[in-house]
Amino acid sequence: MESVVARAGMWLAALFVAIVFFVNAVDTGFAVHMAIFGLAALAGLVISLRKTDYLAVANGTRLAVDQGRYDDDLIRIGVILTTFWGVVGFLVGLVIASQLAFPALNLGLEWTNFGRIRPLHTSAVIFAFGGTALITTSFYIVQRTCRARLALPGLARFVFWGYQLFIVLAATGYVLGISQSKEYAEPEWYVDLWLTIVWVAYLAVFVGTIMKRTEPHIYVANWFFLSFILTVAMLHVVNNINIPVSIFGAQSYPLFGGVQGALVQWWYGHNAVGFFLTAGFLAMMYYFVPKQAERPVYSYRLSIIHFWGLIFLYIWAGPHHLHYTALPDWAQTLGMVFSIMLWMPSWGGMINGLMTLNGAWDKVRTDPIIRMMVLSLAFYGMSTFEGPMMSIKSVNSLSHYTDWTIGHVHSGALGWNGMITFSAIYYLAPRLWGRERLYSLRMVNWHFWLATLGIVFYASSMWVTGIMEGLMWREYGADGYLVNSFAETVAAKHPMYLLRAFGGVLYLSGAIIMAINVWQTVAGKLRQEEPLRQAAYDAAADRPLPAVAAE
Amino acid sequence: MTAETANEHAPKEKWGRHKKLERNVALMGVFAFLAVTVGGIVEIAPLFWIDNTIEKVDGVRPYTPLEQAGRNIYVREGCYVCHSQMIRPFRDEVERYGHYSLAAESMYDHPFQWGSKRTGPDLARVGGRYSDEWHQQHLKNPQSVVPESVMPQYAFLAENDLKAGDMSASLTALSRVGVPYTKTDIEKANEDLKTQADASADGSDLVKRYPKAQVRDYDGNPDRLTEMDALIAYLQMLGTLVDVNGAKAQEELAKERGR
Repeated sequence: MESVVARAGMWLAALFVAIVFFVNAVDTGFAVHMAIFGLAALAGLVISLRKTDYLAVANGTRLAVDQGRYDDDLIRIGVILTTFWGVVGFLVGLVIASQLAFPALNLGLEWTNFGRIRPLHTSAVIFAFGGTALITTSFYIVQRTCRARLALPGLARFVFWGYQLFIVLAATGYVLGISQSKEYAEPEWYVDLWLTIVWVAYLAVFVGTIMKRTEPHIYVANWFFLSFILTVAMLHVVNNINIPVSIFGAQSYPLFGGVQGALVQWWYGHNAVGFFLTAGFLAMMYYFVPKQAERPVYSYRLSIIHFWGLIFLYIWAGPHHLHYTALPDWAQTLGMVFSIMLWMPSWGGMINGLMTLNGAWDKVRTDPIIRMMVLSLAFYGMSTFEGPMMSIKSVNSLSHYTDWTIGHVHSGALGWNGMITFSAIYYLAPRLWGRERLYSLRMVNWHFWLATLGIVFYASSMWVTGIMEGLMWREYGADGYLVNSFAETVAAKHPMYLLRAFGGVLYLSGAIIMAINVWQTVAGKLRQEEPLRQAAYDAAADRPLPAVAAE
Repeated sequence: MTAETANEHAPKEKWGRHKKLERNVALMGVFAFLAVTVGGIVEIAPLFWIDNTIEKVDGVRPYTPLEQAGRNIYVREGCYVCHSQMIRPFRDEVERYGHYSLAAESMYDHPFQWGSKRTGPDLARVGGRYSDEWHQQHLKNPQSVVPESVMPQYAFLAENDLKAGDMSASLTALSRVGVPYTKTDIEKANEDLKTQADASADGSDLVKRYPKAQVRDYDGNPDRLTEMDALIAYLQMLGTLVDVNGAKAQEELAKERGR
């Protein structure tokens, strides 16, 4: 009984705090956000009161949780939400890609302008799609590899829904014009504080589950998840030390400004890539690839070397975002050298993943989910080669500020993060809902090809625009003057922007096919279709023809 | 793999010590955390105490309340996603945008707005390059002055009254993060905000405290103080504080190392 009262009291207190802040709010954006906070607290209160089995509490006959089953409720919701956020994030991406081709699509409204919608896209794909995928799969994987039920189940629910609240606050904030304009760290101070609380709880649930493990060793996927959670906590806290103008207002000023602010931001920004989008997703790779291939991880030693190499080296690479800026040269050079070294542990991960298919390569032909994983690792390899190359100062002098960077990011994000997440979703859906198989494997195949073609259109058009504009900006005529005005370079990019948007259409349609497939799988339907298999074999026909005597 | 099988295969023994980490989540966490802190400490910490990180340059001053309010709008609208404020030391960039950016020029920028992408041109030295009328027209309808432009329309800035909030509170917050505003600056912040956008006001005190501050009506509508006033005031001062082409500045820059 006490726990019910305590829980309700906590929600009531949260609701009260939200109301106080709402009433005193100095700007509308902040007021809207406090209203959202208040609604969330109210929802928490209602749910915790309604879910309690009062009869059982009164009789003292509450059933103990079955420790013999994994705690998968959140994971089921997580798979659905990951799919949902993926479609939303890709759709917003398509909108902003179209805005760059046709500026009229900005609609001239403050809420729909590119400057506000672009952070909405990046946050929707990185934090909503990617983040939900990471929390969901980490809860799934840590239970299986520890052979233990999730620790602190109440806190785990807080982590999951608290993170969704963070997404809603961040997304609504951008549209309302609440942004600190630091790339990938746009949410304002109070949203940052909220995420910090959620993240510490995440660490507690994750480490708590590892401590409950019945397996003696901590599986390699969990090393990556652990380093991802720890490092993101450090980066997030340091990069978001802000002084609010008023504690009842949305606006704040970051402690670090100028040169120091730039390096702290890119130390954060690059390692959001390194730990959020790499270490966390490598953890997914280390579980789902061996499972789907039904082969053990290729090399234990390689996983040790590349794990420590990766997490140690990644942190140094941030300054390559600041080449030839006012950042001191020694820091730029250090960043470049470490970025190049980073190529090795990155490829260590790719090799360990790909070679896990040793003895199961035939599945690339027969299993579209394995094919997706292989493509994902191939894109991981390509973008972790392209990255170090672009961090070389002389290459960077051309590529920086251009669309080449955008193409590079998307070959990693669409190819590596997207594909490994899709294959994880396809792996999880039938298992979590106890279905015989996915609704349709042929639809997975369609998704694979649409996504692949989409990435090809995207990356190649951005290579062309990026290198073209880089060269046009620095082009000198025989007379010794610059050849192109800036506006001419913008006009020259238009056809490529159309191709990029077309690539986005393909990628988005693939994701919609996935959403339908997951939906039908959850509904328990099986599509009547020819199974995907090897070439036909008829044993009866497989014989020599005896000679027939001529009549 | 158990410890026994590891002993059977001698070469694997040297990996035995890693097994300690694999069996102890606290050790694993501590080592992982140590591994990820080194790089940041080595690269970032020295920037706060090495003298030549920011060469001292004459002319750099904190933003006036109106410029800061304009900067707040620049930050709110996410202009950094398309416009950089960092000119690199290359011939083409220097000819296109002006002298390369100096660290000191963004030393009072919280947050920094160097940007990472030039979908539009660099703005580090856009101040004084175009007239206020050009900016009004361009912000309201960019395609009307630059047909090739893909910039969104910001006509709403001219319609929205500038609700900067309490600028004294803003300047106080900024002084807490290290921007050297004086007591007078903070006390007079709200007054300064209005004065700078009022062509008929006496701006001598403002200009004394903020050298090179430009006092005038920016949005073409002297009756109202709009968001357009603040944003254009910010754009028109970008890169104008340091006399990068003066003889003394050139001499100092020639001595500058590390770029």
